[in-house]
Amino acid sequence: MSDATAPAGAAPTSAGETPPDVPQDRAHHWWRLIAIWVVLCAILDPLYWFLAGPHIPPGTMTDTAQGAQFDFNVLLVIALPVLLGVWIYLVYALVTWRASRGGPDPVAGPFSRGHLGIQVGWILITSVVVLFLAGFGTYELVQPGGAGGGEGTSPIWTPTSKTILPIQVIGQQWKFTYRYPTFGGFETNQLVLPNDTTIEFNVTSLDVIHSFWAYQLGVKADANPDYNNVAYATTQQLGSFTVRCAELCGIWHGAMYNNGVVVSKDQFAAWARLTAVRLHKNTQLLPPYALTYTPDANGADGSYYPDTVDPYSHAEQYGATQPKGGG
Amino acid sequence: MGLAWKVTVTVILFALAAAAAVVLIVSLLGTPPTVDFTSQSPGAPINVSLQTVGSFGTGSHPTWVSYLVESPQGQWVHTTVFQVPQHTRVNVTIYQYDSGSPLRNQQLGQVTGTAANAATINGKAFRVIDSNSGNGIAHTFSIPALGINVPLYGNNANANLCGAAPCTSSSPHKVIRFSFTTPGPGNYRWQCFVPCGLGFLFGNGGPMSTLGYMGGFMKVVA
Repeated sequence: MSDATAPAGAAPTSAGETPPDVPQDRAHHWWRLIAIWVVLCAILDPLYWFLAGPHIPPGTMTDTAQGAQFDFNVLLVIALPVLLGVWIYLVYALVTWRASRGGPDPVAGPFSRGHLGIQVGWILITSVVVLFLAGFGTYELVQPGGAGGGEGTSPIWTPTSKTILPIQVIGQQWKFTYRYPTFGGFETNQLVLPNDTTIEFNVTSLDVIHSFWAYQLGVKADANPDYNNVAYATTQQLGSFTVRCAELCGIWHGAMYNNGVVVSKDQFAAWARLTAVRLHKNTQLLPPYALTYTPDANGADGSYYPDTVDPYSHAEQYGATQPKGGG
Repeated sequence: MGLAWKVTVTVILFALAAAAAVVLIVSLLGTPPTVDFTSQSPGAPINVSLQTVGSFGTGSHPTWVSYLVESPQGQWVHTTVFQVPQHTRVNVTIYQYDSGSPLRNQQLGQVTGTAANAATINGKAFRVIDSNSGNGIAHTFSIPALGINVPLYGNNANANLCGAAPCTSSSPHKVIRFSFTTPGPGNYRWQCFVPCGLGFLFGNGGPMSTLGYMGGFMKVVA
């Protein structure tokens, strides 16, 4: 086995001199580099974790948001030593081995040779890091309850809570509206959530593909027509949050956002009761609550919409009376 | 082909490409004119009149549905951009000349965000319109950021509706009135939420996706 720190044949210079880099000097540099690296990692990683980590978006408004924040912090704490290793070496090399003005011309170092220990160690360390991150990432991607991502119509990863508030998110060009099926099915522009409650977002669309992105809630789910995309989150902090469309959906896509709010359970109950009463007249005109809707027949003047594919279909129409014998 | 010809052809092609690029950029950057209501008496309510027409009748898109804004001087302007002062009551009158249909989403059939959450149609107050009955809803006037939504009841599609803007009161129409108070300065997007882009997928292309037709900005200034 060869030794990377051994002279292993000094490269002759043009002047036929032996390079000055002797093994003792090289070992000295390595230990110094490792010492600097360990000290900086020991300082910066805890500093990041305890000072910056709690403020990293998307925050801790829900368990899924907190999970995303935790994942980001873990990844950064692992990545920081790698980053420091590269930067420290670069700076050290610039300071230590730069050619000084007026000094002798730089000379080549010894030939590089393989070092089995270093090779095995490198493969082991990087494999462990990558495999750990793969396992960690996979686990975090599905917990808790799907980690706030849309899980399709039949979610595999479901929350453990026994009391779940269903809310339907309806995307349409160019705004989101929200239906509350357990409060009479009223539909409103406002997204109001009770604190300390697991929410089941049933996300769908009345036209093109949108994406419901409640940033501070750590929830993001595509809104597809004729499709119910389910996402979960459990609120754990009062305050307001932003909802944006995250799928390019037309001219006003950039303006397709609004604000929601997490309130106490009592405040939510009062708001829901009041809103149900206030919107009662229009709620009676809405179609019965359904997980998806087919809006085919409901465009202006009806039939210009592409009705060639299952025009008055299996899904419940939304907001308008279907023409008799349509299709 | 001689060198002179090659150079000439190259220069001409380059000039044509550059001209095409300039035309494209100018057309993309072009915005409809702004009707300014800020010169009216300071502090006094602003009166803004709009009209909707089923087909604009002239120009590059004569069949497109459109809004128009009446200037303070009484001229109908083909635009959807108007400017109003901040924290001022705006009295809106919409002359609605188009036919209607059931709404894709009946949630838009209710009046929200206006004074008393109400509006009037031909002088009669209303809060909700059942879009499945009567003539349905033709269009809406909505400013989502302010929570404003007003459904505009349709005219009978079999009537002799106005087919070219600006329409006059001799054509069948509805008059919808409502008021709201402007917020602080900013550009507030407003649009019709009825997918009325006839012939476009989901009805939201064409006039629904072009400034100056069925959506625009309310510019609120200090």
